[in-house]
Amino acid sequence: MARPAVAAALEVVDVECLRGDALIFEHLSFGVPAGHVLQILGANGSGKTSLLRMLSGLAPPDSGEIRWQGEPTTTSPRWREELLYQGIAGGFSANLTVTENLEYGQALAARGALMRVSEALDRVGLGRYGDTFTGRLSSGQRQRAALARLVLIPARAWLLDEPLTALDRDGKKLLEGMLRAHTEGGGIALVATHQGLEVPASCLHTLDLDTRTVC
Amino acid sequence: MFKTLHKYASPMHFHALARRWSTPLLWLSAVLFAAGLAGGLVMAPADYQQGESFRIIYVHVPSAWLSMFAYMVMAGAGAVSLIWRVKLMDALARAAAPLGASFTALALATGSLWGKPMWGTWWVWDARLTSELLLLFLYLGYMALQSAIDDRRAAARAGAVLAVVGVVNIPIIHYSVEWWSTLHQPATITRLGAPAMATSMLIPLLLMALAFQLLFFALLFIRARSELLEFEQRSLWVRELLGQGSPR
Amino acid sequence: MLSTPPASLAILRREMLRLYRRRGQLMQPPLFFILVAVMFPFAVGGDENQLRALAPAVVWVALLLATTLSLEDIFRGDHEDGSLEQLVLLAGSLPGACALKALAHWLSTPVPLIAMAALMSAVHGLQNETRTALLVSLLLGTPVFSLVGTIGSALTVGVRGGALLLALLILPLYIPVLIFGAGAVRNATLSMASGSEYFFLAGLSVLAATLAPFAAAAGLRARLV
Repeated sequence: MARPAVAAALEVVDVECLRGDALIFEHLSFGVPAGHVLQILGANGSGKTSLLRMLSGLAPPDSGEIRWQGEPTTTSPRWREELLYQGIAGGFSANLTVTENLEYGQALAARGALMRVSEALDRVGLGRYGDTFTGRLSSGQRQRAALARLVLIPARAWLLDEPLTALDRDGKKLLEGMLRAHTEGGGIALVATHQGLEVPASCLHTLDLDTRTVC
Repeated sequence: MFKTLHKYASPMHFHALARRWSTPLLWLSAVLFAAGLAGGLVMAPADYQQGESFRIIYVHVPSAWLSMFAYMVMAGAGAVSLIWRVKLMDALARAAAPLGASFTALALATGSLWGKPMWGTWWVWDARLTSELLLLFLYLGYMALQSAIDDRRAAARAGAVLAVVGVVNIPIIHYSVEWWSTLHQPATITRLGAPAMATSMLIPLLLMALAFQLLFFALLFIRARSELLEFEQRSLWVRELLGQGSPR
Repeated sequence: MLSTPPASLAILRREMLRLYRRRGQLMQPPLFFILVAVMFPFAVGGDENQLRALAPAVVWVALLLATTLSLEDIFRGDHEDGSLEQLVLLAGSLPGACALKALAHWLSTPVPLIAMAALMSAVHGLQNETRTALLVSLLLGTPVFSLVGTIGSALTVGVRGGALLLALLILPLYIPVLIFGAGAVRNATLSMASGSEYFFLAGLSVLAATLAPFAAAAGLRARLV
């Protein structure tokens, strides 16, 4: 299958992460070429969340550099405009409906929308829940709502922290399908999860924070 | 000169500099204190209006000056830390805060002592005292914020923002309190002002001011050293200094 | 690619929706305000003249304290559900977003309190000049409460005992507004003009509107690590 010649390369060079006085990791380097998924493994506390937060720009690295398409993320605004970050908390207001939350998210990002909110909800199987308060959804449904956000807002890089938690088998297949489509379009994804990802092996890499191996 | 500044912006070098200079500064300030107190308490003549009690200005006025100076140091270090991310500045700001608060408390206490013979009470809502009181609250707020946030670096950065906001507000607070106090202070009541200064009174005051200044820097260096050690505890130079091996 | 509404409208709309959906909580500051205002006559003694002289001060202090109670909520809910991270990452201008948060706060807390103050002053039979001075001073000065409040809320987000810490941080910053605001009303009761007080209040509001959003944004970034 031909891949569009859209470059989307993330390079992480010798980064260090400190939380308070504890060293989470140091001298970490890896790269994610366009069209690839990087699965981040590691025990609790090994720094998966810290790494994703650092890459997203919420917290600058304590040392080292992060480069997006050759430019350092600290000086170039492109990284910020082309990524979507999904933390463990989800990022939805409990007393807004799913539709209201998604409309807010897409307006906030100001990147236009890939489809209408109702279509995005249908895509992730929440078509009937558009007007439900997000606080009333089950945790699995909230995860699907987060997937709807990924479907809705254009982004070249997805940074996903434990997106498979609470998802059922169908939900997992849904995310895997989304990852496949995303990478086929030249995007990258960094996914912190213990569970295996059914993504073509040619575009899947693994970073193990405990053993510090990349394969 | 920039090279020297750049060198001492490194925590390791500043730590060495601070260690070298703390004790000499303490001695120097002690000498100046002795000279200033001798001049102020013994040699300067008593004020014709306020009698002996005015001598408290030799402690009150310098400590009030230093209370403001310390806040400027705190806010300045905070601003540098926020703009240029100089780690040393976080340590300096955190070190300056308790010192500034102490000077403020001292200024309030001595102001109270000064006023008691004049007003008959331990406290009046005089413009200067009230401003000092609000300054004390600014310091206490900064210190409370530091202790409430677990992550030392995040705490220092948040404190820097607070200190810069505070520094913008200090002129506003001074002016509004001044305005407020002129409303309720009839002109006949003596304000907490220094009497017209003869040279024999002024020189001890300046000596005391210089003594306080050097004391502040000495104590700042001492405190900053321990803050730096805590901030940089993972660094090689700290571990070597403390005689430890590499961690884990 | 479909177009989306402007981000600033979306932020404001979301804030107002979020606040409206928790309107029970919005009742707390007015309730606190009434409690404080009602306690005073009992403490002061029933002397009408003394009460009328103290009324401007009581209204200002009660309103200030009631507003302080509500400040924590500006960023706490977003911090807890993760939407604060999304805001920091996606918002084109974080200071702009903070300014909008301040506006939403002002509309939802100080403004209803001002309405209550107007009601109470009518009920207590304050003279027209006093009532006008009260309302004008509150309208000119309360934006500072909301704007500076966002700074305090940003700095203390997620901290244990945050509400009290927040109060300690911002009360010194509120004092100038209190001085000029209550001063303006006192002048009116003495039939003096309050022009300079209004001028200072307006100046403080403009200064706060210009600078506070940047400080709040800096505070958020400082805490988000």
